[in-house]
Amino acid sequence: MASIVTKSYPDHLKLNGSMKKKSNHKHYNTGESYEKMSFYTTLMASLGFYFLILIGLVNHLIFTPKVATEKNRKGYPPLYNTFDNIFLRYVFRRVKDCLNRVVCGVPGSKIEIRDRVTRDGCWSFELLDTKSTFLNLGSYNYLGFAQNNGPCAEDTIKIIKNYGWSISSSRQELGTNHLHVKLEQLTAEFLGVDDAIVFGMGFATNVLNLPAIMNSECLVLSDEYNHASVIAGIRLSKATSIVFNHNDVIHLEELIRQNIILGQPVTKKPWKKIFIVTEGIFSMEGSIVKLPDIIAIKKKYKVYLYVDEAHSIGALGPNGRGVLDYYNCSPKDIDIFMGTYTKSFGSAGGYIAGKKDLIDYLRANSHASCYAMSMAPPVAQTIITSMSTMMGKDHSEEGRKKINQLANNVRYFRRKLKALGCVVYGNDDSPVIPMLVYFISKVGATVREFNKHNIATVGVGFPATPLNQGRIRFCMSAALSKEELDEVLEATEKIVNKVGLSYSRKPICNEEILYEDVYAV
Amino acid sequence: MQASVEDPVAVTTTAATSSVAHDMYSPINTLFGQVQFNHIYVEGSILLILLWILFKKTASTANSKKTKPPETVDVDEQIRLWTPQPMIDSYNLDELPMKNYVVDSKVYDHVTINGQSCINFATHNYYNFINDKNIENSVVDAVHKYGIGSCGPRAFYGTFDIHIELEEKLAQFMGMEEAVIYSYGFSTVTSAIQAYVKSKDIVYADEEVNFAIQKGLQSSKAEVVYFKHNCPDDLERLITQHDAVKKRMKRKSFLIVEGIYMKTGNICKLRELIDIRIKHKIRIFIDESISFGVLGKNGRGVTEYFNIPKDEVDLIIGSLETSLSSVGGFSVGSTFVVEHQRLSGLGYCFSASLPPLHSVAAIKALEQIDKHPELLVKLQERSINLHQSISQSQLIEHFYLGSDQISPLKHLYLRDNFPSYLEEQNLLKNIVDYCISNGVALTVAAYLNKHEYKQPKPSIRLLVSININDENIESLINVLSQAVILVMKKTTIQ
Repeated sequence: MASIVTKSYPDHLKLNGSMKKKSNHKHYNTGESYEKMSFYTTLMASLGFYFLILIGLVNHLIFTPKVATEKNRKGYPPLYNTFDNIFLRYVFRRVKDCLNRVVCGVPGSKIEIRDRVTRDGCWSFELLDTKSTFLNLGSYNYLGFAQNNGPCAEDTIKIIKNYGWSISSSRQELGTNHLHVKLEQLTAEFLGVDDAIVFGMGFATNVLNLPAIMNSECLVLSDEYNHASVIAGIRLSKATSIVFNHNDVIHLEELIRQNIILGQPVTKKPWKKIFIVTEGIFSMEGSIVKLPDIIAIKKKYKVYLYVDEAHSIGALGPNGRGVLDYYNCSPKDIDIFMGTYTKSFGSAGGYIAGKKDLIDYLRANSHASCYAMSMAPPVAQTIITSMSTMMGKDHSEEGRKKINQLANNVRYFRRKLKALGCVVYGNDDSPVIPMLVYFISKVGATVREFNKHNIATVGVGFPATPLNQGRIRFCMSAALSKEELDEVLEATEKIVNKVGLSYSRKPICNEEILYEDVYAV
Repeated sequence: MQASVEDPVAVTTTAATSSVAHDMYSPINTLFGQVQFNHIYVEGSILLILLWILFKKTASTANSKKTKPPETVDVDEQIRLWTPQPMIDSYNLDELPMKNYVVDSKVYDHVTINGQSCINFATHNYYNFINDKNIENSVVDAVHKYGIGSCGPRAFYGTFDIHIELEEKLAQFMGMEEAVIYSYGFSTVTSAIQAYVKSKDIVYADEEVNFAIQKGLQSSKAEVVYFKHNCPDDLERLITQHDAVKKRMKRKSFLIVEGIYMKTGNICKLRELIDIRIKHKIRIFIDESISFGVLGKNGRGVTEYFNIPKDEVDLIIGSLETSLSSVGGFSVGSTFVVEHQRLSGLGYCFSASLPPLHSVAAIKALEQIDKHPELLVKLQERSINLHQSISQSQLIEHFYLGSDQISPLKHLYLRDNFPSYLEEQNLLKNIVDYCISNGVALTVAAYLNKHEYKQPKPSIRLLVSININDENIESLINVLSQAVILVMKKTTIQ
C-alpha cells in the first residue's frame, strides 16, 4: 500500500497536546509490548535475507531449475517478474515444508496432520498414509467451537437434512433464508446494535462492502498493519487512503487535522467524509486497538469509525463481545462493526453491523448482497448455535467457561513465554501471540522443532511481516487445558535454548507465574 | 622509491605525459577553436535565464505553501467548522424487487417461499444435487469427521485432505495440470485476475462480463478495453488500435470472456476469439461460472463445446456454486500459471479455506457429473425445450428471450421500451410477485445499476433444472401470460 504520509508538518498543524495525555482507563490492559530489536539482530537478519537472495541469483544464473515453464506461449511478454521468481524458488522454498500442512481431522485442541516427505529439497512433496497428532496452536479456534460433536454439529446436521448445504442465489434474488434473518437479529443483539447483515465469506465482507460506503471524495485513514482485505476494499472504493503508524493515535490526530485543512488533493474542496479504518486485534502483531483514544478523536473531529473485528469478536472482553466489551465502550461509538465468524465461532462468513439505516443501505447497495451467493444454511446454523451458547441462551455455563478459559490461557501463556526470555509482541490480553525469531531461517527451524515435539504452530516471514522480523505465531484456544499449555511451554523452553530465541533484553521476572482467573469476582 | 628531477628517465616520462595530455585535449581545443565564442555567451545566458525562472517558480510555490493557511484564521476554528456528509447516501429499499421473499426449505426443483410451495426457476440448481441423498450422507459424514469451519487460511493449517482431493479431481476432470479452490465464488474471479493482471498491462474484455470480473479488472488498475458483446470483429478492430502501444511498451495483454455470460445467457464465440488470441499473442482467461459442468459432451465447459485444445486457454475460472450446488470457486490451468495463485491470489492466501463439508459436496457432485454424462444431455434437452416452448407461446408478444437455446440460464426481457430502469424493473417485479403467489418461483435479475460498466436491461432470469418437465414449463408459461395481462392492464389503467 502506498503511503502518502509526509513526515514534517507545518507548525500550526501540530498537536495542541490533547491526545498526549495517558488515558485513565483502569479496567483494561494498556500494556502493549514492543521490544525494540538490537542493532546486531537487525543487521544480521537483513544480511541473512539478502544472502539468501544472492545465492538465489547465482543459482538462477548458473543452473536452470526444473520448474514448470509456460508452453505454447513463445514470444509473449513474460507473465511474472524475475524477482518474485527468485524469492519463491530460493527463499520461500526453504521454508515451504512448514506451510500448507495437510489436515485430516477437526482443527480442535488436537489436530491430525498427514505426514509428508520431500525428496527434492521442497520442490515437491509426497503425501504419506501415516498421520501425526499435534497439539493445535495454529488454527483460529479461539473459543474451541471447532468440534465434530456436541450441539453445534448436531444442529448443523439437522439443518443439512432440512435445508441442504447451499442456496445458489444472492441475497437480492431468492437467497434469503429464514436462518439468515435469525442470525442477523442474533448478531445485532450480541453486539448491542440495531441491525446486522451477513455474508458468505469474511474476506469478501471487507472487499465488497467498503466500496459501497466510501467513494472517491472520501479520505480513509488506515492503520499500517490492516489486513489485506481491508486494503483491497479501500482500493476498490477509489477513496484516498492515508496510512497512520500502527496504533499511533497521536499520528492519527495529526493526519486528521492536517487533512481537514488541506482538503482534497487536486480540487482542494473539503473532504466529504473521513473514515478511520482499524482492526480490533491485529493478526500479525497481536496488539489491541486503542479504542477509547480513537473514539475520542472520532468524536472530536466528526469522522466515522470502521472496526474490523475479525480476530477480536468472541475472543476479547468479559462477555466475548469483542474490543468494545473489552474497553467497556458504548456500541454507539463505533459506526461500522465488521467481523468474521471463522475464528471464534468455528464456522465461516462475515457480518457488518451498525445502525438500521446503514444496514438497510448495504442490503440495497453492497456488492456482496447483490451478486455473491448468500451464506450456506449449515454455516449459518453453526454460528447461531455457538453464539447462543456464548450468550448463555442455552441456559448453561458453557459459554462463560470458554470465555474465561481463553482469557486465563492467554495471560498465563504470554507471561510464561516472556519468562523464557522471548520477545513477545502485542497486548497481554490478546489471544494472538507472536514470538519474534527475526531470521527467516529461524522461522523454519523453530516450526520444524515444534513439529518434532508434536505441536502445531504458524511461522510467518516476509512478505507478511517486515524483512527482518520473522515470527512464530501461537493462536490461543479455550480448548487447551493448563496441562497442555505446560506441555507446550516445556517444549518451547527446549527449543528456545536449542535454536537461540531468547532475544529479550528486559530483566526476566523470577516470580512464580500462576494460572490465575482473570475475570474472578 | 626516490625519483630525482635530474634523473633522465623521469624527465622524459614527464615530458611524454605532458605531450600525451596535450594530445588528449587537442580534439576539444580543435572543437572549441572552431566554435564562435559569442554563441557560447548567448546560449549560456539563455540557460541562466531558464534556470532563474525555474528556481524562482519553485521558490515562490514553496513560499506560497508556507503562507497558504492564512495565519489570521484560527486552525482550530477551521477544523471545527468542517462538517462531514452523512455516512451513507440516500437509498430506497423498495427498489429491491425481491426483498420480501424468505425461503423456508431446501432449494432444489421445488422451493417454499413465504410458506408457498413453488416450482423453482430462480436459482442455479441444474442437477438437483441438493436433493441427492448420497451427497447429503457424505456431507453429514464430513461434519462428523471435520466439524464445520476450517479455522484457518490454506497456508496455516487450513489445507484439508479433501481440499487437495477436490483440486486433483477438478484438474483431472478438466484435463489440465493443476487447480486451486477458493472459498467464495465471487472472490475467485476477482483474485485470479488480480494475481496476473498488473497496472502496466492491457485487458480486452467483453462489455457484458459479470460484475466480479469488472471488479477484478478495476482493482488490477490495468488499462481495460471493452469490446462489443460477442463481437470478435470489434475485438480485432480494438486490438489493432492498441497494438502499436503494446509493442512499444512490451506489456502483457489479456482477453477475458465468459463461457456463458451471466448477464445475457449467450455462449461466447470461443473459436474466433482463440484465432485472434493466437494472432495477436494475447493470453485468454475464461470465466466458466455458468458453463462449467453444463456445456460439452462431458461437462468440461465451453472448451469442450467448441473442441478447443486445452493449452490454447491460459486459465479457466469456475464456480462450485452453480452446477455443483456447493459453495466456493476454483481456477484451473497449467501448473506454471495456476501455482502462482497460491501465493498471489488474495482471496486464496488471506481468507479462511473452504468449509470441509462444501468441499465434500463438490467432490461428490463432480463425481456424479463425471459418471453420468446423460445428465448433461438431459439438461441441454430441457434448456432447448424451455427456450422453444416460450418462443412458440403467446408470451412472445410481450417478452423476448435473449439467450442461446442450449444455455440453462435465460433472460426474459420485456419487449416494450420504458422511460426508466426502475419502471421496467417494477413491472417485472409485479409479474414475479404474481408468479410466486401462483406457485412458480422466478427472480428479477439483481444489478447494482450505477456500478455496472454497461447498464443492463432489466430481466427475469430463468434457470433450468433437469427435473423440470413439460407440465412445469406449461404452467410457467400459463402463469407468466396471466401475470403479464394482469400487470399490463393495471399499468394502462393507472
